[in-house]
Amino acid sequence: MDDAYKQDKSTRQLSDSTRLLLIITKAWSWVFLLLILIFFEAWAQIAVDRSFIWNVFNLQSVSVAAVQILMLALGLTLVIVASHIDLSIGFITGLAAVAAAMTMRFLDPSFEGGWAMDPVPALIIGIVVALLVAMLPGFVNGWMVAKLNVPSFIGTLGMYGIARGMALLVAGGATVAIRNDVAREWGNGTVVGVPYIVVFGILCAVFFHYLLSSTRFGVYTYAIGGNYQSAVRAGIKVDRHLIILFMLSALTSAFGGIIYTLRFSAGAAQAGEPILLYAVAAVFIGGASLTGGKGTIIGTVIGALIIAVIQFGLVFINVAPYWQFIAVGGVIIIAVLIDQSRSTIDKMRTAS
Amino acid sequence: MSEPILSARGVSKRFGGVQALKDVSFDLYPGEVLALAGDNGAGKSTLIKAIAGVHHPEEGSITFDGKDLSGLLPGAVRDLGIETIYQDLALADNLDVGLNLFLGRELIRHQFGFLPVLDRAKMRSESGDILKSLGIRVPDPTLPVGNLSGGQRQAIAISRAIYWNARLLIMDEPTAALGVPEQRLVRDLVHRLRERQVAIIYISHNLNDIFAVSDRILVLERGRKAGERKASETNDNELVKLMMGSA
Repeated sequence: MDDAYKQDKSTRQLSDSTRLLLIITKAWSWVFLLLILIFFEAWAQIAVDRSFIWNVFNLQSVSVAAVQILMLALGLTLVIVASHIDLSIGFITGLAAVAAAMTMRFLDPSFEGGWAMDPVPALIIGIVVALLVAMLPGFVNGWMVAKLNVPSFIGTLGMYGIARGMALLVAGGATVAIRNDVAREWGNGTVVGVPYIVVFGILCAVFFHYLLSSTRFGVYTYAIGGNYQSAVRAGIKVDRHLIILFMLSALTSAFGGIIYTLRFSAGAAQAGEPILLYAVAAVFIGGASLTGGKGTIIGTVIGALIIAVIQFGLVFINVAPYWQFIAVGGVIIIAVLIDQSRSTIDKMRTAS
Repeated sequence: MSEPILSARGVSKRFGGVQALKDVSFDLYPGEVLALAGDNGAGKSTLIKAIAGVHHPEEGSITFDGKDLSGLLPGAVRDLGIETIYQDLALADNLDVGLNLFLGRELIRHQFGFLPVLDRAKMRSESGDILKSLGIRVPDPTLPVGNLSGGQRQAIAISRAIYWNARLLIMDEPTAALGVPEQRLVRDLVHRLRERQVAIIYISHNLNDIFAVSDRILVLERGRKAGERKASETNDNELVKLMMGSA
């Protein structure tokens, strides 16, 4: 065999600057998170003479906000890795929040016509009902995409509207308040300073990280996103897999809605509306790509933290809150630019 | 020579008014490379799809290793040991060599004795071994295969088939998307597979390619068998005449 074609191009020496650029593009989100933390800390120390980071209340608020974004973003990460998108999650969150709240009202004797039930079983039934209700739109999303070949952007946009209307109808267009002390405790209590919600979010993140990085299910998700045909030819049940992905996406956003209801002792149809785009942003900041096949749970967690830190940091340093939209929008564009330059570098490495 | 591993007898297939295959018969032996030659529409693709279980011929029979293939679906045919390699590389570019080789049949180990996780290291080393035994070098097995050259990826697709004990490999224009040095890599690989007694059906438009790899050449012309020649006993001119139906 000739050495000419045995030599692999990817092992050719890269220039030092290209190598540095490659490291930056791979780890930029960590670096960026660190930089904004330093920025807010420095600004807070100078301007208001307080610490941004060494402040339990801040850390709790930032981490709860990050978990609220993360619950939508976890399932969405899997969907995006498989080269699809799920826009319905914002209102699946709202639907689940309303379903949980309505159920708990029905099981609460302090409301008119409510069944006499203790708060704990009422809460658990409320959570189960919310999860079950959310499974249906998740299944329909997956079924449309897998069996009817509906583009996921359009199909889930339709489901976005349906879930929104359903949630508003069920809630009668209003916020559904509950009076359940256990729910309030679960939503706002802490263990050694860490909110229960954050503990739950961490457990979910660990589980999804395991699922995506270390199981067959994860490999199939990457394979479907990388080359759909290769997945089909390898005998992967692609249709079933896609349906499960959209159901997982609905499941995590339903947990997001339940968390909302527990935190505020009320369910609202628009609970997930402001979070939807933040969740999409977190996944892309975390290194995923619209073309699919790329993305990690760790990246998504970092992405959610970046957005939460920006939200709270700007408020903390007394900047008009509207700046957070501009800042998060800017970060999304930076993320895409970095992803582009990364693919350019990859092409340079393999170009003959 | 031993028994043929694949025998086709009187295979015919119609699509509406078009007679795609008409009474085609041939034998293929282990360790033999049979080239399928013919113009566009001569029936090459229909013939290999009939073998792979994608199409089902109306007449005639195809037997593989003594088993009748009629009525079998593509998955069942593959389980018998017949793999097809396509020109569009059927790999997931974002996964590494090991995961591609084992896609759909991943190796699992148990972390802490109970938690099932992918055994990436084992898949990598196993795939490294099989690639090495076929003379293919992939310098960094942890890289996604999208970073490898077209020839290396085609070689991985072929290794994948061999690793799962394919005894008949159907290669549909395997070099069409490749540059000249890469085509040589695939040809070398075909020679090595022949030494391992794998039977190969090789489709190509390129006569140089056909003469470089094949033992026998089957020429199709408008669905019928126009001729069958040993590669050592024919030449370009004769093949072209057969393809044109004027011999």
